[in-house]
Order: sequence, then structure tokens, then C-alpha cells
Amino acid sequence: MANEERPTTTGFSVIGKRTAMVDAAEKTTGAGKYTDDLSVPGMLVGKILHSPYPHARIKRIDASKAQALEGVSAVVTGEDAPVTYGILPIGHDEHALAVDKVRYVGDNVACVAAETEAIAEQALELIDVEYELLPAWFDPEQSMKAEAEFIHEGRPHNIEKEYHHVFGDPEKGFAESDYVHEARYIANEVTHAAMEPHSTLASFELDPHTGKLGRLTVWSSTQVPYYLQHKLSLVLEMPMAQIRVIKPLVGGGFGGKSEVIPLEIIAAIAARAAKRPVKITYTREEVFWAHRGRPRTIVDLKTGVKKDGRIVAVRARVVQDGGAYCSYGPVTILYSGALLGAIYDIPNVGYDGYRVLTNKPACGAMRGHGTVNVRFAFESQLDEICAALKLDPKEVRQKNFLKPPCITVNNLRVLSYGLPDCVQKVAAASRWKERRGKLGRGRGLGMGCSHYVSGAANSIIRSDMPHSTVNIKVDRDGGVVVYTGASEIGQGSDTMTAQVAAEVLGCALSRVRVVAADTDLTPIDIGSYSSRVTMMAGNATLRAAEEIRKQIASAAARKMNCAPEDLVFREDKVLNNNLGARALSPAKEHRNAAEILETTDAPRGPSVSGRVEGQILRGSLQQKRKEEGPKDWMTFEEAVVAAIDFHGALTGTGSYAPSLDARGGKFKGAGVGPSPAYSYSAQVAEVSVDEETGEVTVHKVWAAHDCGRALNPVSVEGQIIGSVWMGLGQALQEEMVWKDGMLMNPGLLEYRSPSSVESPEIEPFIVESIDPEGPFGAKECSEGSLAATIPAIANAIYDAVGIRLREAPFTPERVLAALRAQKNAKKLNLTEGVDPTSPARFREHGGALWFRGKGPQRHPRDPAITGQQGSAGGDD
Amino acid sequence: MKKNVRIVINGAEHRAEVEPRLLLVHFLREVAGLTGTHIGCETSLCGACTVLLDGMAVKSCTVLAVQADGRSITTIEGLAASENLHPIQEAFWEEHGLQCGYCTPGMILCAHDLLQQNASPSEQEIRDGIGGNLCRCTGYQHIVNAVKAASRKMNQRQRAAARAAD
Repeated sequence: MANEERPTTTGFSVIGKRTAMVDAAEKTTGAGKYTDDLSVPGMLVGKILHSPYPHARIKRIDASKAQALEGVSAVVTGEDAPVTYGILPIGHDEHALAVDKVRYVGDNVACVAAETEAIAEQALELIDVEYELLPAWFDPEQSMKAEAEFIHEGRPHNIEKEYHHVFGDPEKGFAESDYVHEARYIANEVTHAAMEPHSTLASFELDPHTGKLGRLTVWSSTQVPYYLQHKLSLVLEMPMAQIRVIKPLVGGGFGGKSEVIPLEIIAAIAARAAKRPVKITYTREEVFWAHRGRPRTIVDLKTGVKKDGRIVAVRARVVQDGGAYCSYGPVTILYSGALLGAIYDIPNVGYDGYRVLTNKPACGAMRGHGTVNVRFAFESQLDEICAALKLDPKEVRQKNFLKPPCITVNNLRVLSYGLPDCVQKVAAASRWKERRGKLGRGRGLGMGCSHYVSGAANSIIRSDMPHSTVNIKVDRDGGVVVYTGASEIGQGSDTMTAQVAAEVLGCALSRVRVVAADTDLTPIDIGSYSSRVTMMAGNATLRAAEEIRKQIASAAARKMNCAPEDLVFREDKVLNNNLGARALSPAKEHRNAAEILETTDAPRGPSVSGRVEGQILRGSLQQKRKEEGPKDWMTFEEAVVAAIDFHGALTGTGSYAPSLDARGGKFKGAGVGPSPAYSYSAQVAEVSVDEETGEVTVHKVWAAHDCGRALNPVSVEGQIIGSVWMGLGQALQEEMVWKDGMLMNPGLLEYRSPSSVESPEIEPFIVESIDPEGPFGAKECSEGSLAATIPAIANAIYDAVGIRLREAPFTPERVLAALRAQKNAKKLNLTEGVDPTSPARFREHGGALWFRGKGPQRHPRDPAITGQQGSAGGDD
Repeated sequence: MKKNVRIVINGAEHRAEVEPRLLLVHFLREVAGLTGTHIGCETSLCGACTVLLDGMAVKSCTVLAVQADGRSITTIEGLAASENLHPIQEAFWEEHGLQCGYCTPGMILCAHDLLQQNASPSEQEIRDGIGGNLCRCTGYQHIVNAVKAASRKMNQRQRAAARAAD
């Protein structure tokens, strides 16, 4: 498109181009440093003692023997930092190290800081802890019935939070419906399993005034450096200004690093006690215990429709197995309700959500936070309704589209809505009309849709502070430094930031350097979660760059004898657009721009940061051009020099807070769900089912995602593919299996994240709805696609063999059971001869604790032993 | 009971006295100071710690440092000759074959082994070849594309070199 190549105010020169990640060099050469790669002189290794019991009172801890071991510098316990904290202001229920009780197998009891890992491990064995066992709760629906021995004081019946929302009149809606469908759907627990295990290095420096321990620096694998700084301040009882949090490279997050994980505070407590730097890196098993993943969710769903498939009413009762601590729980259960019906135009919605505590590792935020499991239920049920009424699932979805701009029944503002295009695209690409239901028994197509927020419009820290602020500094040689608190975790936030700055300033991308996520250097940004970075940090970057551009323009305009508004910043130049537009035809203007490009010495490409001789040479050229008097165009560098000569330093700040009308309603719980913009996804999955083994093979997924505008298309595609793939893992094989509160599969082999061999081709389609509030129209692209994949696969399995799977993952056991039920065949007993107390789908070994002879013991009054309760929470 | 070992890493000899239980990956990271080799699981499942042992891809958490005595190791830091990146590194960069980058060094070295054995692998052969290396970000698709691109690059360069030799 020639139009886009011209240096005018339309079209883009940096964004919208397939751009390699700005940190790809350090990641492909091994030069990049993750937290565990760091070390500082005198550093000790920290190791944590974990609880072997799911629920017990700590009577006594004797660490004297461990303390006395040679090479041990410090042993810390709950007494060393008894202040509670939690990611939500309403959920401060965690201690970094247990103070009175332990609440899950793996809970944190003590930490040893020693010269070597081997000494630290030896010292852990020497810590003597006396526990008093308490009855433990593993199943949320049982836990809700508890009458005593609650997991936390002040949480009667172990209910962390419950919400009851009614929008419109669901009961009237069901009465007016021609067809009502009701069923229970279960999605089992999954976890992030980011490739990098959590790691934290904490180091104190001496206070220059008192000589005592002063400032604390923490390097940590975190998505939320500022929340970490805040919680450290709370628990260590130090001012935030005395704490510096630095995020090195992070090896994946997916939500698992979006809150403060115990080791992050424990490392600091241990460093304080040892008066030396301490690094703690979780083993893979500890990562599974730290968890904060997606809770097992039970969805009782009822949908009422008219004969033609128009949805009239929806009601859901959702129970989430939240584990032992609050974590993000109330937000998760609210998202489940808020985004349940908001993707389509549904006039009547009823929602009852229960977040329940159990004696298992806490669940938290995971990619697609709160929306995934209800979306599985909803999109599956829609398919069931279509089957019952003999309607095309694609057409039924099309009948229920929102008509934006609009406000949904639960007060969510929708301005851009690319779902219709998404559905169209995947239907065409998969040849839906010709192929669905016509592939023969054993092979089928299924459709699913999903949506997600582009950041929460209401921050969890209740304040009017902007959610993102960005500073930009421009050096005299045209180097642009962007200071942002946004955390690159692999999703490409640094690249997005650099692109936005380069686009606004019209300079080469290689001029831009991003300094990110260091609380001493970068202005506050609430972190990388809920897909907020492009929308919020992107907008803040855009505004900061605009401020810089204004300063450069005012100086350049003087040199060029024109008005600042006449200037265009493109391709590393500042051009007088007016002149071009007046004096030249478009073709000539184009040639002119090309001539300009040829005749300038502006550095482009990787040589920008240049060698000293180059800079001197450029400096003398600048001087020569400076003496030449007024000009029609300037290089970016010349314009920057003019601006710095005029203003002194060249700095700009921009910030972003979601607009007021995007912040939702006033009812209790209305704060969660509203977002400046929503992404949309539609997918079609093609599967085949082996009726002998129950094995499901996904052959292909067509996935269309409305991301507003693709700032970096290759990165957007990477996010779509990654999301769909993660959804596929949850759909087919990933599942945390529990026995008496003990995780049976705390390893990457047993957890079964899909390998390259079982991963199908995923064809991404980018839909650009150009959102009015997004930076250049951009919105979310990293999470929204995940939720559609699970129902798309469930629906494809139905199309293939006519069985409806209402419990995820769709393992061969479940598929086979459903196939046998379909044929009225006898149920297979897959667990014959296995320990009768083990879960029916007991598959894997029980982890290190089990092997050390420290397997969980049960309280004599434990309902599981007396037979009043079902066994493990994850049991069939 | 410490043992003396002599291991050549990226062409440079490293001598050290080590505990017999010391894993090669810990030797690389802690003794040789090469942190480009990452640890994802310590139980030889994820492949993040893959290095080349006498040219063959191994998971360095499953090899003891004493087993590598007298042998030659290539880590991600040693893959690129001089200032130029190896074609596989270029391909991962260009094809967006990485996101968080944690699995990338192991993935690249595993691909290196694969391409040594099979210069033009099919898509399925690539998927089988990297099957022991987990990635949690990419869904493997861009990684597979990167290995294909690397294969093309390496074959082209080989042909060019052959032509130059003629």
C-alpha cells in the first residue's frame, strides 16, 4: 500500500509491522539474566521447610539444632515477620511463614539460610516442629458445610466470599423461553507451570546514617514489582522508599507471578536475619505448591432460549475450590459472573458465586482469569441447545451478538466488538458450513467463542492514581530511553513500548531503549496481569512520547520557520508536511521523501547507538547543517539537539487511567469486570476420537482474535497460538490430581503440559476493530483466546461421536466412560486393585514428601476417615 | 571424596575439584559461570538445560559433572562463532520462536542436534525431535517454523560454501 509508505500523518511506520522482540538477542544467546542467574558477593542459599500436613496447629518449633549446624547463618520462622498480607486489600490472610497454623501440604513453616544448598537441606531435617492435626477440607462443597474448625477465623463455613447478582429478570426470562437447558459442568484444577521456577534474591545495604541494615534490594521473578514492593514494606515494616524491587528477565508468568509469592518475602526475612544476601529458588515441586492457578470450578448452568436460538435468560451457580488462602479469589469469582453473559446480548442474567476455602495450595489468577471455566460451561451448553433445537451453532451465536456501542446488562461498556468478524473468519477458513456434521463418525468440528478484558478499569489498590505512568528521556544524540514499570514476562511488553514510542516520535525503533520494572527508576505501573499492559502502559507511553514530540516540534518549528502543527515525525526525520502537501503532488512528495532518505546521514538499523567516531562525525555534520539556516526538514537527531538547546533536558511523562464511563456499575462486586475495552475470539477445532482408547486428537484449531489493532502482528499471532495451546492443554490433559490434600502430580512429566508432538497446528486470524480508547486502537491479545478452545474441542467431540463431555480435561478415561455410557455398556473399573482410599483417577507418584516418609496423616475426626465425606477434592 | 575434572566448555578448558554428586548443569552455572543453561525441573523432563556433549544433545541435569570429565561441552554461549549468530539463533530471532526465552537455549541446542542428524527434517520430524523440550509460551508453532527456517539457512550456506570450494 503506497499510501502507508508516504510520510504523512496517516499510516504507520513502526507499528503494524512484524517486529522481532527487542530482547531476542539476549534470549537467543544466553546473555540475558533471569533471577536465578544472578549472584552477589556473600550470597547465601535459602531453603524452605514445608508443612507435611494439610491442616494443623503449630505447637512448637525448635530450630536450635539447625541453627547450630556449621554453615547455617540463620533460621527464620513465623515469629520473625508476623504481619499478615495478601494481594487484595480485603484478603490479608497470609503469613510469609506460618504463625499459628499450617493450611495445606506445602505451606511455609521455616527457612534456613546457609552457605550451600546441601547444608540448607541438611538443616531443614534438623528443625523439629510439633503439630496438632486438625480436620481438613478438600472438597469445596463439603467445605461449605463445615460447622467448626474453619480454615481461617472470620470465614464461617469456609466461604471466602459469595456474590449474588441479578440483572434483568432471569425467572421471567426462563418462563418466556421456548426451551430451557440445565446441566452441571466441572473444570478441574490447572496451574501455570511457567518454565522458569520462581526465584528471589534479597540483599540489604547498610544505612549510611546508622550503620544498621538499611535499604533492601530484591530481584525477583515477578509480574508485579510494585505490589511486591508494597507487600514487602507491609510485612518487613519498612517504608516503600527503602525497598527497591528489580525484575530481571522472567521466564513466563501466566498469572503465577502476578501476586506476592511466599518466597519473595521469605528471602527478605532471611536476609535480614542473616545480615547477608539470600537467594531462594523454588524446585519444580515447590512451584506446584506455590500454585495460585485456576481453581477447580463447578458450574450449574441454566440457559433459556427462543425457538430460533435467541438467548433470553442465563442463570449460573459457580463454586470455586479456592485452596487455603484468599489470594485473588474474590476477583476470580466476580470475573466468572461479570463475563459470563457479557459476550452476547443477554437481557436477563442471574449469578451466584461461591469462593470456598479448602486445605490445598491457594488458587489465584491464571491466564483468562475467572472467565475460562464458565465460558467452557456456557459455550458447551449453547452447543447442546443447538443440538436439541437442530440449529447451527454458528448462526445461533450470530443471532445473539451485541450491538455496540452499548452497555451490557451488567453495566460493561462495549465500544469495539470484532466478534462477528471473528466468527465469520473461522467459519470460512474451517469450511464450517460444508464440513460440520459431515466428516463421518469419529471426526468433527466444534465452535467456541470467548472474550476478555484489556486490563481492569478499577485497580485492586483503591485509589485515583493512574494505572500506568511512563517517563521518556531523549539524549542529545537522539537516543530515546523509555522508563516503564510494565513487566516484560515474555509477552512482548518491552517491544510494544519501544514500538509505540518510536511510532509517535517518528524515529527508528533501534533508537529506543526500554528500562523496565525497577521501582527505583521506573514510575509506578501496577504490573503485567489482566492483559492490561498494551492498553494502559501503551497509552501512557503514547502520551509521554507525545509530550516529547511537542517539545521537539516547538524547537524544530523555529528552525524551519513553520508552525509546530505543520510538522510530521516520520522515518527518523521531522518534515514540514504543509510544504509537502502544498508544493508537491503525492507522487512527487513520495519521491521527495525518498530523496530525503537517501541524502541524510541519519543512522538507521542497529548502528544507531553507534561508535564514538560515528557520533563525532554526525556531530560535525549537525554543526554544518545548523549553520546552513532554516530548512524544510531536519533529521530526528538535529531536531532533538534543537529541542535540548532550547529546553535543556528533554523529558516527558504520560499516564493513563481508564475513562470514568468504563468503570462499571455501583452494585456490590461491580468493580470487577469493567475494562476500557474487551477482546473477542472465535474458534473452530477439528478433532478425531479413537473409540477404542478414548483418545482425542486435535488436528487443527482456527482461531480469530479481535485485538483492536495489531501493534506487532507476529507477536499477536504468538499470543493467540500460545493461548489456544494452553487452552488445549486444559481441555485434554492438564489436571492437578489430589489425594488427601496432597498433590499427586507435582512434576512436569506427571502434570502433562502438551509437548510439541501432541500440539496441533493453530491458524491465527487477526481481527482489528480499532478501539477508540486503545493506543492506536489496540486492545488485549494474550489471554482472551484461551477460553474458547476448551468448549470448541468439547463441541467438536460431540460432533465427532455424539458424546457430551461436561468435565474437563477430556482424558481418555472420561471419553471412554462417556462412550460406554452412550452404548449402555458396563462401566470400566480402571482402578481395580488400587488402594481403595486413593482417588479413582490416581495416576502418579506423590512427590518428595511422600517418599521421605512424611506423607499426610489424617486427624482421627477427619470426615474422610469416618466415611462421611468423599475422599480427595479432586476425586471423581 | 571430591574428584578432579577437566571439561572443555565452548573451547575453553575448565578444571575443578567437584563433589561426585554435582550435576553438569550446576557445574556449568556455578563453577563455569555460564548461566545461559537454565534449570526448569531438575528431573530431566523439561529440556531447558539441554547442552551439547561431544556434539550430542543431553539434558545437563541428568549428567554428572564427573561423567563429562575429559569431554567437550557446547552451551548456548558457545554456539555462535565470533560475533555472528548461529543460523539457528538467527532463525529463532526472526521467526519469533521465543517469548519468555527460558526454554530457548535448550530448544536451540536440541534443534542443533536434530539438524546435524537430519539437515532437512519434515514438520513431524521436527516435532518429534524437540519433543523432549517443553515450552509453555509458544504452543511450539513458531519454534517449529524457526527450526524449518534454520534448516533452510544452513542448507543454503552449505551449498554456497560448496560452490565456493568448487
